[in-house]
Amino acid sequence: MGHRILALIIKEFLSLFRDKKSRMAVIVPPILQLLIFGYAATFDLENAGLVVFNEDSGAISRELIGRFQGSVGFKLVGYLHSEAEVGPLIDRKGALLALHIGKQCSANLMRGESCPVQVIIDGRNSNTAMLALNYVRSIVSDFNQEWAEQTTGTKLPAHLNIRAWFNPNLESRWFIVPGIIALLAMIVTLVVTALSVAREREAGTFDQLLVTPLRPWEVLIGKAIPGLIVGVGEASLIILVTVFWFRIPLVGQLATLYPALIIYVLSIIGVGLMISSFSTTLQQALLGAFLFIVPAVTLSGFSTPIANMPPFMQMLTYLNPMRYFLTIVRRVFLEGAGLEYFWHDLWPMSIIAAATLTMATWLFRHRMY
Amino acid sequence: MNPGSLMRIKGMIRKEWLQVVRDPSSIAIAFFLPLLLLLIFGYGVSLDAKNVPIALVVEHPGAQASSFSGGFFQSPYFLPVPMTSIQEAEAALRESKVNGIVWLQNNFDRDYLKKESPPISVLVNGVDANTARLVEGYVQGIWFGWLEQEAERAGKKLQAPVQLEQRIWFNPQVRSTDFLVPGILAVIMTLIGGLLTALVIAREWERGTMEALLVTRISVAELLLGKLIPYFILGMGGLMLSLLMADFLFHIPLRGSVWLLLATSALFLLVALGMGLFISTVVRSQFVAALVALVSTFLPAFILSGFIFDIQSMPLVIQGITHLIAARYYVSIMQTLFLVGNVWSIVLPNSAALLVMAVLFLGLVYRKTRKNLE
Repeated sequence: MGHRILALIIKEFLSLFRDKKSRMAVIVPPILQLLIFGYAATFDLENAGLVVFNEDSGAISRELIGRFQGSVGFKLVGYLHSEAEVGPLIDRKGALLALHIGKQCSANLMRGESCPVQVIIDGRNSNTAMLALNYVRSIVSDFNQEWAEQTTGTKLPAHLNIRAWFNPNLESRWFIVPGIIALLAMIVTLVVTALSVAREREAGTFDQLLVTPLRPWEVLIGKAIPGLIVGVGEASLIILVTVFWFRIPLVGQLATLYPALIIYVLSIIGVGLMISSFSTTLQQALLGAFLFIVPAVTLSGFSTPIANMPPFMQMLTYLNPMRYFLTIVRRVFLEGAGLEYFWHDLWPMSIIAAATLTMATWLFRHRMY
Repeated sequence: MNPGSLMRIKGMIRKEWLQVVRDPSSIAIAFFLPLLLLLIFGYGVSLDAKNVPIALVVEHPGAQASSFSGGFFQSPYFLPVPMTSIQEAEAALRESKVNGIVWLQNNFDRDYLKKESPPISVLVNGVDANTARLVEGYVQGIWFGWLEQEAERAGKKLQAPVQLEQRIWFNPQVRSTDFLVPGILAVIMTLIGGLLTALVIAREWERGTMEALLVTRISVAELLLGKLIPYFILGMGGLMLSLLMADFLFHIPLRGSVWLLLATSALFLLVALGMGLFISTVVRSQFVAALVALVSTFLPAFILSGFIFDIQSMPLVIQGITHLIAARYYVSIMQTLFLVGNVWSIVLPNSAALLVMAVLFLGLVYRKTRKNLE
């Protein structure tokens, strides 16, 4: 019986890798995507275009502008000469924000009065707008504190001292790139398992499989194991790139990550085989794969936090295996979390894996024979 | 166009239509998929952090410490959890039970009265860097509000040297749904267009019916038109549905013209369909076409289009790559038409880019198909 399954597994690998186009389609895109997305998926503000409309002629406003120029978040792209220029410029995305420094700014400050500064931010991307606003606020509040200390010698009654754990510079890449491991492992595994049976059915070779001495569960294992090998293999490759190319710190142990990875891939295989048994054509299988992937990615916390969703959407995420693995992979990478810290993510994922595999077996028996 | 040609196109459309009707998965792609996706994206994707659980450690609840920590209980952004020791709070942070800690030490009130500017220590979990940064901003807001309030209580007015007046245009409430939903339409249309057509030519080749088609008198242009028109109609149907949902369900303001929105959307749909046909024509195998469609539609449209990750913040090389993604141009048009209005200097160049891509994809499909005739 063992050699029958082995023969089927070899056949699966041959049909996946023998054809050059199919070989390329399985191996190249994930790596390419990791490299591109790893750089593209960032929430950090860098070189956002800033224009300045300065009505003041004193030195202090120039010093304030200098602080904006010195910030990595902003790049000064020009000076304006009237307020009317601001609108059209922001409308056509000529700049993300405009800083308007009022008349008499320096003179007012010297007299101990305050200087009005207005900032106008393009809110089309609300997240970028919020980040830019936070940068502006902290530049202005640093300036204010220093100015107050210099001129009057008074300190603020209390000061803030903010630190971040696990990701001290708050680089969003450290958050996103480990997430891509979970994302691509899911897509590769799903493609290999969901499309393979549909392809055989459409080509008519599935009937040939059925008349061999292979039992249904043997066929199932023969289809599942290539998915496991390809999924875990590809994930390992991606982990290597994450650690050695992107230099994301791997604080935790790979030995704690791999059991979680295998359970995750198994749960996806279950989903893939379920899609397989429902579809008679490749188009249906492709649609099925999409109907799983898109919600799974969206409701996983990959790009936007689950905590921001409405409660009923948050309930739905508990059904999503990617949600659990995503948390685990991020925490193992950045926090160095051991099993005792992610146990409450591991067991629900294991139940999901057991459930999808059982359902796939049942469907396989009842829809194929 | 001669009447024979029209008749042949009609016949082709009829054949394609019958295939659509008999395999309901195409109808599901055009109507069920946008409905589902818009609901999931519209409700599930949000960047607005609210009710962030935060541990509040006040070692000595004096008057000042209490008035400062009171700000957290009033803020809609935080869900403060009072804790008695910093050790307890750090353990909670490690177990991800809270996202941050605010720590006021024993001598806070004493130092405050002595005007020694005691520290307010804030620790945030930096794993989710974006949320962490927003949380920092909210904490600063609370701190600043408290400073003003204390100054007022002391009978002075806190007069900041530089007084900042902030204005966020187009989306004053900074509601992330308003900017995400127009972008989501681009992701959805990419998916629909690609999925509808990625398999339709590969399928004919694989089943051997392509040769049957080629021996008829139908020309390549007629064949492609016959393939394109039915899926274009389906796609526009899906688009209308999505636009209606954006308006009635998510209440996204539409400040530009509806007609411009429809025209640019139709153009984008042509690009998406053209891309699907192109994949289908080049690889000729349904399995590989499905793989290519999977990797080349959803994720690039999701990550490289500017729908959620701002293109301006990407490295220059990646910014260059985004120019190859049709969704990038469409996202830009949609965000502007919805939130700003008819800004021609945004709409025209992006529409021109879409037009170039549509011509390119359909032209390539045309050429590739003709070659195979020989």
